Amino acid sequence: MNPQLAREAARRVARIAAEHASAVDRDARFPAEAIDALRRERLLSALVPAGFGGAGLTLTDVASICEILAHGCASTAMIYAMHQSQAACVIAHGGESAWQRGFVERMASAQLLLASATSEDTTGGSLRTSGCAVQCSDGRFRIEKVAPTISYGAHADSILVTARRASDAPPSDQVLIVALRDQLALEPLGHWDALGMRGTCSSGFRLVASGDAAQILPAPFGDIANRTMQPVSHTLWAAVWTGIAADALQRASAHFRAQSVARPNAVSPAGSRLVRATELLQMMKARVSAALAAAQAAQAADYGGGATALPLSAQMGFTADMNTLKTGISSAALQVVHEAMLICGISGYRNGGRYSIGRHLRDLYSAPLMINNDRIGQNTASLLLAQRPSVSIEA
Amino acid sequence: MKQLLRRILAESVQLNVRADALSDDADLYAAGLESIATVHLMLAIEEHFDVEIPDALLTRQLFSSIDSMADAIAWLQQQKVTT
Repeated sequence: MNPQLAREAARRVARIAAEHASAVDRDARFPAEAIDALRRERLLSALVPAGFGGAGLTLTDVASICEILAHGCASTAMIYAMHQSQAACVIAHGGESAWQRGFVERMASAQLLLASATSEDTTGGSLRTSGCAVQCSDGRFRIEKVAPTISYGAHADSILVTARRASDAPPSDQVLIVALRDQLALEPLGHWDALGMRGTCSSGFRLVASGDAAQILPAPFGDIANRTMQPVSHTLWAAVWTGIAADALQRASAHFRAQSVARPNAVSPAGSRLVRATELLQMMKARVSAALAAAQAAQAADYGGGATALPLSAQMGFTADMNTLKTGISSAALQVVHEAMLICGISGYRNGGRYSIGRHLRDLYSAPLMINNDRIGQNTASLLLAQRPSVSIEA
Repeated sequence: MKQLLRRILAESVQLNVRADALSDDADLYAAGLESIATVHLMLAIEEHFDVEIPDALLTRQLFSSIDSMADAIAWLQQQKVTT
């Protein structure tokens, strides 16, 4: 599948997702029709290399699929983005492990949907610490975790779980475990009834899993998170948010056009807002493109084996860049939708109809919160301390 | 110098081991040193030893032990004297 065909397939899925988006939002239910369509179009294995039966697309290609899906249904797009972030971890860090390589093949042949269990009741949303520890004996593992959110956990074919490497390991010494559906017991803790992103069904679970010790990814989770999970998830989330904002702005543009046609002699006061929102969206798109290029360059350098030799300041610069991408785009997207709402006025505020923007606003409110921007900002500020001036002119 | 490094470790980063219980060659990453904490360590070293750590020296390996940091600081101070 080439990138062009993939985008056409994504548009077909987005149309199906759009048909059901209101029902998914109203009932806070999983967008089963759209996810089935993603399977049919074989888009779940977009990142899997062709040699393993996937489409072998780049991160940039997948980001553009995310953006297209977001025009139809934000929950579907976010599920797709989260799935790809997990898929990327196994693809990049499975190494030579026969089990992991077999799993990557199955991701493509069976179009598996992957979810993630990183949060924990004791550590909250802190990705890089775990409370629970994996137990290993006789080549088998067992893990038990209380996770306050596992997005679409009840609908996933596999869940990637973070845990401490051993019961005597510090909270930061983590591993990532690939647990399969039939090895999992999930006990739901409450149900997902939230402001937006209602179709992601991000409720909490008590998770128990056991299986072959080879299901634990060989690389330390710290490396997986820095090199793959964080850059892939932040770029793909940013693409989703850009798509939601773009859809809201399309609605606002259509409204503005209709107003202009209805009253050709009166210039609508909303015009300057439309221009401002368009400027913002253009900047968002350029920022996402630049970040995708940086992420792909870093990935290429990693495969060249240069990662450990990379100066710490460069590694930290990259992490800071991926952080400001997340915090910047999540805030800007909300601003675009805010402008779009004022342009559409009551037609935007009302639920239903072609100018309605309420769902976009509610869905996007998750953006600054999923890994809270304030927490990320705090880390980013520390990372920026390590940056030297790029241009130093001594007078 | 190594005692001062221990004091800096105790004051500027959180480890799972008490700084005065660390041997000179103990692996600080194994003791829980996180990448963001190395930034604070870097700033404290530059402040206390009046050196500037160049990008080329600023690697993960630099902060891996008290020995490694002491070697780098000694080298940087030497460079300052000779230039």
